[in-house]
Amino acid sequence: VSSLFAAPRPPAELLLREAHVLDPRSDLDEPRDVLVRNGVIAEIAAAGSLEASEGVEVIDGAGKHLFPAFVDPHVHLRSPGEEHKEDLDTGTRAAAAGGYCAIVAMPNTTPVIDHPMLLRGLIASAKEQAHVRVGFMAAISVGLAGEQLTEMAQLRDAGALGFTDDGKPVSSAGLLRRALQYQQLCGGVIALHEEDATLSGAGVMHEGAVSAALGLAGIPAISESTMIARDGLIAGHEDGRVHFQHLSARGSVEALAQARARGARVSAEVSPHHLLLTEDAVRSLDTRFKMNPPLRSEDDRAALIAALRDGTIECVATDHAPHARDEKAVPFEEAPMGTTGLETAFAALYTGLVLPGTLTLACLVERLTAGAALFELETPTVAVDSEANLCLVDLEASWRVGESGYESRSANCCFGGQELRSRTLLTLAGGQVCYRERSFALSAA
Amino acid sequence: MRHLLSIEDLDRDEIERILSAAAFFADVADRPIKKVPSFRGRLVINLFYEASTRTRSSFELAAKRLSADVLNVVASGSSVEKGESLHDTVSTLSAYGPDVIVIRSPHAGAPGLVAGWTHAAVVNAGDGKHQHPTQALLDVYVLRQRLGSLEGCDIWIVGDVLHSRVARSCVVYALRLQQERMSEDFLPSLREYAANYQLNSRRLKARQLVMHPGPVNRGVEISGELIDSSQSLIIEQVRAGIVVRMAVLVEVLSGTRVRDPGGQRLAVSAEPQLA
Repeated sequence: VSSLFAAPRPPAELLLREAHVLDPRSDLDEPRDVLVRNGVIAEIAAAGSLEASEGVEVIDGAGKHLFPAFVDPHVHLRSPGEEHKEDLDTGTRAAAAGGYCAIVAMPNTTPVIDHPMLLRGLIASAKEQAHVRVGFMAAISVGLAGEQLTEMAQLRDAGALGFTDDGKPVSSAGLLRRALQYQQLCGGVIALHEEDATLSGAGVMHEGAVSAALGLAGIPAISESTMIARDGLIAGHEDGRVHFQHLSARGSVEALAQARARGARVSAEVSPHHLLLTEDAVRSLDTRFKMNPPLRSEDDRAALIAALRDGTIECVATDHAPHARDEKAVPFEEAPMGTTGLETAFAALYTGLVLPGTLTLACLVERLTAGAALFELETPTVAVDSEANLCLVDLEASWRVGESGYESRSANCCFGGQELRSRTLLTLAGGQVCYRERSFALSAA
Repeated sequence: MRHLLSIEDLDRDEIERILSAAAFFADVADRPIKKVPSFRGRLVINLFYEASTRTRSSFELAAKRLSADVLNVVASGSSVEKGESLHDTVSTLSAYGPDVIVIRSPHAGAPGLVAGWTHAAVVNAGDGKHQHPTQALLDVYVLRQRLGSLEGCDIWIVGDVLHSRVARSCVVYALRLQQERMSEDFLPSLREYAANYQLNSRRLKARQLVMHPGPVNRGVEISGELIDSSQSLIIEQVRAGIVVRMAVLVEVLSGTRVRDPGGQRLAVSAEPQLA
């Protein structure tokens, strides 16, 4: 927990009464009373059996679900340098509103987090501003230039959770190999944005029938999958620990499975938008659907869902990528890549995959929390003596995304305007209440 | 009709209406006085972010022959060059109260964005490698003039389809090798391309017609002798460009309403007022 940082708040004193508790890692899947004292789960008892004592807030959870709060191993908080898009305050508010208790911020900021001094400054800001816990990745290469390794050991000492050049691939196989050798000394997961720049070129969307019809330059699926194949081999050779970011293609899933079958210590994430949307969305030329990797074919989407279901891909990551309105209000080819996702991840996946029966609710909750262990963090659990990392969700509620604004500073959400089922009512992160839905009625004891 | 952003915006009736209006304007073009007063006092802005000779000049002539005022804004030498965003440029130009904005952009979908930012009717004069609907209309017009009907015709599109918006909007033909759009080495050499793919009288049968949207790389995708032959419809395409674009301006403006000084909204007649 020492590599996660948030602003201190008073520990929660709460009695969550009669909520349906679902924790896929314990056998809990039924209504319970959950008592939180001093930010720690003090008691889990039969529904309706616990009485509140002095100073404990009682929350009626009847008909609602209580999950271990989610962990997102891939977000962009844009601080330092691009605070007009997002900052530690707004980004962690968005996370809390989405039911997250911990998130991992990428280092492709301005300047790039490639020096221990920059990282220390960022951590100091998080200790003042962050509403949920934030872990910080440092860059693999200085300035993300892909040429010179950062001072990885010193960055680890300064608090780096791991290393990534996210937003860019590590094109040089030699540099990646060197980074994995350093990893043996200093630890920390190495997370890779996989893309062969000579294949993706000036592409702005998935290369396929839709890009041909629109006359837009395409990014072929092999741009990603060939690099996963390459880096799976390098990771295996060095016995390094590698995490593949935002998988988008069937070939990538196959390359991941092959690397793992050969014994490489590799893991992977997939984003809600790649699980729920395809290249068809781009026909509108709406820039909210421009992301990297791009939305791919229906066949790719099916492969990603199957891989998430069977655990080949272990976790969901939003790749929350805020951009200002003006920056996205330009022609598709000119627009920056990325969609926000923290506030919609659970609801979008619940609506799109759980309600139709594609994924079980327990599996979704597991995949939304599995990122923690992959990044050597404690997994949130609903268990006595665990720190309270919980989210209370109304699965029956429905809402239109964006209708009452966003907690994020940016509105470039690819699910904007969609009617989604389920709403986060309350989030506890690190034993502290970090989010309450505005209309959610509370009754103090 | 309000905007012409994509050829798919038009149904068959609308296309027929545009083509017959174009045929009327072609008759006008043969008169000593080639103007009609339909759009006196109306403003057409040509907003061109890409080099264009025939499209821009034919839109300009089309608007002038309809008696509209024309303002040409080109990317170089304007605030566009100073980094002004498309949105701000369109907002500024919209303050002049244009009835139509004709836009040529290197970016797919730009005309659709412009349509969302202005009260003017928007006509796509080519967006990236995406669409060029007036080119499609004029090509159909030329073919129908020559062939009567397109039913049962085989139309081949030959050449640099990858870089062509014309291929995505239309019918025919030889496409120019767009060397300025090629960001990578697609061909070993032009000589090799010409040897394998050039349209010339050897490869074309006597009764086959050839079209080309221009500008031509003479001797590359098409031989000079074919361009100048009777099989070539290239000059007819240029002529058709003006009359079809006149018809398109009439069509988009017929769907708009103008505000008179008293604030009352007046419908514009759908019929072109003819001299």
